[in-house]
Amino acid sequence: MLESHGMLHIDESKAAGDTVRLQGGGKPEGVELEVLIPGPAASAKPLVLTAPISFWGGVDPKTSVIADVRHPQHGIPIAGTILTLPGTIGSSSASAVLLELIHRNIAPAAIILHEPDAILLLGVLVAREMGWKAPAAFRLDRRNFTGLC
Amino acid sequence: MALELGTQEEALLAGQSGEGVAMAMRLVCESARLLNAPSLVKVASAHIDGALYHGDSGTLFAERLQELGAKVSIRSTLNVGALDLTGCSTNRLPPHERDMAKRLMKAYMTIGCEPSWTCSPYQAGHRPALGSDVAWGESNAVVFCNSVLGARTNRYGDYLDIACAITGFAPKTGLHLPENRLATFVFDVSGLPFAEFAEESFWPILGSLYGKRAGTSIGVVKGVPRHPGEDALKAFGAASASTGGVGLFHIAGVTPEAPDVETILGGKAPLEVMQISAADFADQKRRMATVQGVTSIDAVAIGSPHLSLEECRRLDLMIGGRSLVTPFYACTGRHVLKDLESSGLRKSLEAAGVTVVIDTCVVVTPIMKELSGGVLMTNSGKFAQYAPGNTGYGVVFGSMAECVESAVSGRPVHA
Repeated sequence: MLESHGMLHIDESKAAGDTVRLQGGGKPEGVELEVLIPGPAASAKPLVLTAPISFWGGVDPKTSVIADVRHPQHGIPIAGTILTLPGTIGSSSASAVLLELIHRNIAPAAIILHEPDAILLLGVLVAREMGWKAPAAFRLDRRNFTGLC
Repeated sequence: MALELGTQEEALLAGQSGEGVAMAMRLVCESARLLNAPSLVKVASAHIDGALYHGDSGTLFAERLQELGAKVSIRSTLNVGALDLTGCSTNRLPPHERDMAKRLMKAYMTIGCEPSWTCSPYQAGHRPALGSDVAWGESNAVVFCNSVLGARTNRYGDYLDIACAITGFAPKTGLHLPENRLATFVFDVSGLPFAEFAEESFWPILGSLYGKRAGTSIGVVKGVPRHPGEDALKAFGAASASTGGVGLFHIAGVTPEAPDVETILGGKAPLEVMQISAADFADQKRRMATVQGVTSIDAVAIGSPHLSLEECRRLDLMIGGRSLVTPFYACTGRHVLKDLESSGLRKSLEAAGVTVVIDTCVVVTPIMKELSGGVLMTNSGKFAQYAPGNTGYGVVFGSMAECVESAVSGRPVHA
C-alpha cells in the first residue's frame, strides 16, 4: 500500500499563499503545493495516509506511532516523514497531540493536506509562537495525491 | 481571502493590551485565514478544553500566556482536567505528569478561567442565550450549546478556545452564520416503537447511530413524540459527537431552532431522508459493546458527560442501600458535589461502594485499575466509544439500572 519512490524534497517556504514545488516521487516534473503555513525545507520519505485519522487517540504523542488499530497505517511512526493526510476526524485535541510531537522533536518534516484543517494546524501555529521548530503545512488538491506514491 | 479587521481588533493585534493578548490575537487571525473567514465575530463566552494534560507542551503554552499577562476578557468555564482537585478520587499518573497537569490547571485559573472543571458546563449555570455567538470547546459541550441552547459556536479545538477567550473574538465562519445552521437531511425515527423513547438508554444508542449517519452534516430528527428532557439530549449529543463530527443537530418540535422539519430545512428539499427502522436501532444497540458473551465485569463507569444532580439521585435510588461488588465510578462536577454533600447523597453513594469522581473522568486520566482484558460496563455512548482506546477495557453497554444491577451481582445483567 505504501509503495515509496524514495525521498521527496520541498524547498523552504516564506509566506502563506505562496506556491512551492514538491520534487521527487512518481512525477518527474513535481507537483505544486500551496503554502498554508510556511516553514523550513524538508527532504524526507513520504507517508501517505489512506484513511482519515483522529490525532487524539490515533497517534501516540510520545512515539509518533499511529496507534489506532483500525487505521490502515497502524503501527507506522509519522516522525520525520512528509505526511500526507486525506483528512482528520474525531476529537478537537488533534492540535494538542501535534504540538506535543513538535515539542518532542518527533513531528513530521512537512504536512500536506487536501483541505486546510484549522484544528490540526493550530498545533503548528502555537509551536511557531513558542519558538519551536515547526514543520511547514501545505495544501494539495486531492487529484494530485495519487502521483505521490 | 484577506481578513478584514476592525479598529479594536487591529489594536489588540498591535499589542495595545499586552503581548499575551497580541499572541492570542495572532492565533485567532491565523486560524481565520486558514478557515477562509472574511472577518471576526465578537463572542460572549467561552468553554475551554485546553486544560487537560496531553503532554508538557500544553503546560508550557499556558504558562507562556500567563507570563505574558494574558487574561480572559469574557466568561470562560473550564472543561475537565487530568486531576481530581477535590480529592474525591485518586489516579495513577506518575509524579512528573501529575506535576505538569497541576501546573496546567493552575495556569488556566490564573488566566482568569472559572474552575468549573466539567464537561457539562451547561448544567453548571453556563447557558449562553439563544442566537448569541460564543467560542466553546469539547465536542459534547459544543453540540449541546449549539443544538439545545441555540447559541452559536464552531468546534473550537485546543488552544483556539483560550485564544478566543482572551481576545473576545472568533473567526466569523461556519456555525456562527445562520445560513450554515440549517438541516440538510432528515433522520426519521417515527418508525421506532413509541415506548422506546422513554427509556434512558434509548438516547445514547440513537445518538451513536445518528453520529455515524451524519458525519459532519447537520440533520433534523423527525418523529420524537415529546421533549425527552435535558439529560437525554445531553446523552444523545455526546454520543453523536463521538461517533461522528457532529457540532449541531436539530430535533423537530424539541430543539429551539427547529419548531418543525420544514422550517429548519430552510424551505428546501432535504438531500436525503433516512428512515430509521427498529432493526437499525437493534443493530446499533449491539454495536455499543466491543466484547460479546462476557460473564463478569471488572468496573462500571457512568457520567460522560458529567452526571446532573438528578442523575445522581436516581443512581442512589436504584442502588437502594445495597452494596456493590464491582468498582463503580460516577463522574460529575463540583457544581453537583455541593448538593451531594449537603443532601447526604455522597455519603450514601460512597457507603454502597461508588467512587465519586470530580473535576475529571475515567477515560481521560488513569483512575481505573490497569487491567489487560478488563471489561467495563457503561450507560454512556461516549464512554463506550473512547474507553477501549484510552483505558484498554472492553465495553458492554446498558442502562443506568442495568449498570447498577450488574455491579450488585458482578456480572452483566440485561433487563
